[in-house]
Amino acid sequence: MSQPFYVAPEQMMKDRADYARKGIARGRALVAVRYDEGLVIVAENGSDTLRKVSEIYDRIAFAGVGKYNEFDQLRVAGVRAADLKGFQYSRDDVDARSLANSYAQMLGNIFTHEMKPMEVEILVAEVGLEEDGDQMFHLLYDGTVVDERDYAAIGGDAEAVRERLAESWTAGLDLSAAIRVGLDALSGPDREISASELEVAELSRGNGRRCFTRIDATALASLLA
Amino acid sequence: MPFFTPGDDPGSSFPELLRRIGLTSHSSMAASSVPGHELSIPHATTCVALKYADGVVMAGDRRATSGNLISHRAMEKVVQADRHSAVAIAGAAGPAMEMVKMFQLQLEHYEKVEGNSLSLEGKANQLSSMVRGNLPAAMQGMVVVPIFAGFDLRRSTGRLWDFDATGGRYEERDFVSTGSGSLHASTVIKVGFTPDLSRDEAIQLACRSLWEAADADSATGGPDAVRGIYPVVAAIDVDGWARIDDDDLAARFDTIREEASSR
Repeated sequence: MSQPFYVAPEQMMKDRADYARKGIARGRALVAVRYDEGLVIVAENGSDTLRKVSEIYDRIAFAGVGKYNEFDQLRVAGVRAADLKGFQYSRDDVDARSLANSYAQMLGNIFTHEMKPMEVEILVAEVGLEEDGDQMFHLLYDGTVVDERDYAAIGGDAEAVRERLAESWTAGLDLSAAIRVGLDALSGPDREISASELEVAELSRGNGRRCFTRIDATALASLLA
Repeated sequence: MPFFTPGDDPGSSFPELLRRIGLTSHSSMAASSVPGHELSIPHATTCVALKYADGVVMAGDRRATSGNLISHRAMEKVVQADRHSAVAIAGAAGPAMEMVKMFQLQLEHYEKVEGNSLSLEGKANQLSSMVRGNLPAAMQGMVVVPIFAGFDLRRSTGRLWDFDATGGRYEERDFVSTGSGSLHASTVIKVGFTPDLSRDEAIQLACRSLWEAADADSATGGPDAVRGIYPVVAAIDVDGWARIDDDDLAARFDTIREEASSR
């Protein structure tokens, strides 16, 4: 019987992390920006049908980058978890923090126990009843959770995008200004992204029970005009 | 967090998800042997739906009765199912409300998982299987008979369905009614109906039908001016569900009352 080679755990984890990071870095970035009425998520996405941003629950949205089938699997799991919790208890008991924790458990488990880690980064965002209730959780491929406040960037080149957001974001932006801030952060100084390559959705406090709305091409054009 | 292998995935069905998780959905209640006809279960009563030029109008009274007693005066039997459809229920109040809740959840769950909402026909079909699931309970006296109406975005028209206790689903052309006062209500609509009613005329006709049903059927509640409780009336068109507010209804019922007293 052949003996497997010894691989140090540090090395194994590093290899997996590198593998996941490489997969994520290939994809295009997305940002979430807080504005006066809630949160807006701006994603660079050439596809009109394969979504990166979607609704999880009344006040919660999901955004993912990396491998589509993997983050979509996470999205559906999130919708199920949220709907089940709302059904068993009350709609008010569904919150982003506990959802983010469940995601972290799952991603962490897959990272250590499965053959290959998930090549994804996800963002779980919740709009509060009041402004200080807004929450964003940024989850990495290994289950690391990062709590973000005013803006977040995930995906390829996220560091640079985040730096640009830090420079341009101010409190009290309106929706169109927030989209503009997100778009400029995504494109950077030497690149132009056309509106047709954007996927934009908002979580707005003023939307009634279901706060999530997609901003379609015509609405986006008039907001960016 | 629920995670399934591809072969075991419940897809976009919420009741199926509940079964996989081990939480029972409403239809399992049917398996127990509750002698329904010996219990005094609140029953819900007259609901109508009719088409007009741009969509459908739905209306339902607010009374629930237990035997000869009024158990609720402000029950809402016409309920928005999602943006472009609504369901109205007659029958045993408990199972009916549970069914409506499950139906709303299922429509929203499907929409979120799939990324777009079910077709109107698909929604009617879903409701049909829920009514069928309730059949054993119906045999014990807890019958639930809904009507379903909405605006079909693909065909740009209002559509309506009624159901029987076995889950039979029948699409109607002009109008439909359910509940103990439905005979009176549907006669009123039948006499006043034309295919090109305006929104306003359709609302007026629906109010009139509920008035006559309440007048002749003890289990149907009329407009309650003392408590300010009026029937639930809603119109659904291409822009979605819009409930008619109580002030508007109060004025309409005043007109009807004056007409009735001048006869």
